[in-house]
Amino acid sequence: MSISGKAYIVGAYEHPTRKADDKSVAQLHAEVAYGALQDAGLNKDDIDGFFCTGAAPGLGPLNMADYLGLTKLKHLDSTDVGGSSYVLHVGHAAEAIALGLCDIALVTLAGRPRAEAMATGTAPRSWGLNVPDDPFEIPYGRTVANAYAMCAMRHMHEFGTTSEQLAWIKVAASHHAQWNEHAMLRKVVTVEEVVNSPMVSDPLHRLDCCVISDGGGALIITRPEIAKSLKRPFVKVKGHGEATKNQNAGYTDLTYSGARWSGPRAFEEAGVKPSDIQYASIYDSFTITVLMQLEDLGFCEKGQGGKFVADGNLISGVGKLPFNTDGGGLCNNHPANRGGMTKVIEAVRQLRGEAHPKVQVPGCTLALAHGTGGLLGTRHGSATVILERE
Amino acid sequence: MATPASNRAIPAIMVDPTNKPYFDAAREGRLLIGLCKDTNKYFWYPRGCSPFTLSNNVELVPAKGTGTIYTYTVMRTKEPFCVAYVELDEGVRVFTNIVDCDLDSLRIGQKVKVVFKPTQGDSPPATMFTPV
Repeated sequence: MSISGKAYIVGAYEHPTRKADDKSVAQLHAEVAYGALQDAGLNKDDIDGFFCTGAAPGLGPLNMADYLGLTKLKHLDSTDVGGSSYVLHVGHAAEAIALGLCDIALVTLAGRPRAEAMATGTAPRSWGLNVPDDPFEIPYGRTVANAYAMCAMRHMHEFGTTSEQLAWIKVAASHHAQWNEHAMLRKVVTVEEVVNSPMVSDPLHRLDCCVISDGGGALIITRPEIAKSLKRPFVKVKGHGEATKNQNAGYTDLTYSGARWSGPRAFEEAGVKPSDIQYASIYDSFTITVLMQLEDLGFCEKGQGGKFVADGNLISGVGKLPFNTDGGGLCNNHPANRGGMTKVIEAVRQLRGEAHPKVQVPGCTLALAHGTGGLLGTRHGSATVILERE
Repeated sequence: MATPASNRAIPAIMVDPTNKPYFDAAREGRLLIGLCKDTNKYFWYPRGCSPFTLSNNVELVPAKGTGTIYTYTVMRTKEPFCVAYVELDEGVRVFTNIVDCDLDSLRIGQKVKVVFKPTQGDSPPATMFTPV
């Protein structure tokens, strides 16, 4: 079964906060859900499908449905593949709607790692008890930063990628973030500033890393008939792909990501190719994340990502592939350490023509959003959606 | 420039009923790796099932304890340390630390050998590597 054209994104909302000292995680979920409903022109009791992850407090859908007062739910999905979850949820919501399992799906994300002073990238952390790989990784100081840094080191070794090329990704994000009043880092930076920022984990500098922010976002997805009865522009889910990649029983290859599999699945379902995409939201936990995903999604050949991103090729109005025009996780927002939600939201803004005028892609009708969740260097989820303005 | 590897405290290892034989051997200074007897292929990390066939026809077998650095990174924290994947001579790539060395001298492809380092409490030692 194809989901192409069976569902539309009719509501999208990003919380403006970046530091939520005065709000609980549950309350942030409520505020993003309300924002997305207002955006769509729908009411709480219209929702009959609910999507969240393990980042939601308690037993996800149970405690959240209680707090939010969702009483009409007949479809639940709390698939958790880290930051890629919310891209994956768009695909799963479209599947559920296509099968008639629900009519109006709500996806929420919220968190407050900044208010809680979490050492997101530089302190070892586990995802729970009885995780079988933990005894073979946690004692060795596995962190988010070093698990991505090892991919960058190998990419440089195999393909000659340079720190300056990686820096161009941050530079492009900063060019976009300057226009976003909510962005955490609005200052335009240069390649020199990125490569001269303090080293966190070789070869990744502080400015190769994303921000740590509080907040969240929400999406409303529905059937075509309902979408067409609402007043918002028609943003159609055209294709979706998902995958996981891991250490492959010890024969791990760190030169590529799960986008190698999720990307082609999404393109095939959408019936389009990478060169058709006018705007791309690419997961940007680190600069290396972007570079590897661009290669694996087919925007350039494997190993050529460094050349592809250099010289402003990702800057809207300058380069061939405008990316993360909200400033992305690198400069704008990475709520709850999970960037998939904001990836979808900015793609929706571009397709509606509601991005900031300085970064809006003229006549944008075809966009891609892609997420990588977990750790690029060990095991991660990968999700791709292709969206079309009708 | 030289950055000596720090002697950071290594957290205790969570031993469970399935991985215990691996860590019992580590206490004796022996490095074991998984062998799938259905396919005669090695695997890492040690587990009770074959990641190739899912059967439990597996055993732990001795490894030579030598290999090369597949990739690495130096965490530039107050106590700098090196996280790496070491490709053992048997072919599997092991998530580990490179220790007892100048962290600024490390290179991909460099030859290393296993060393076992004490962890906190009564926990078994950690499986690490050092340049040969």
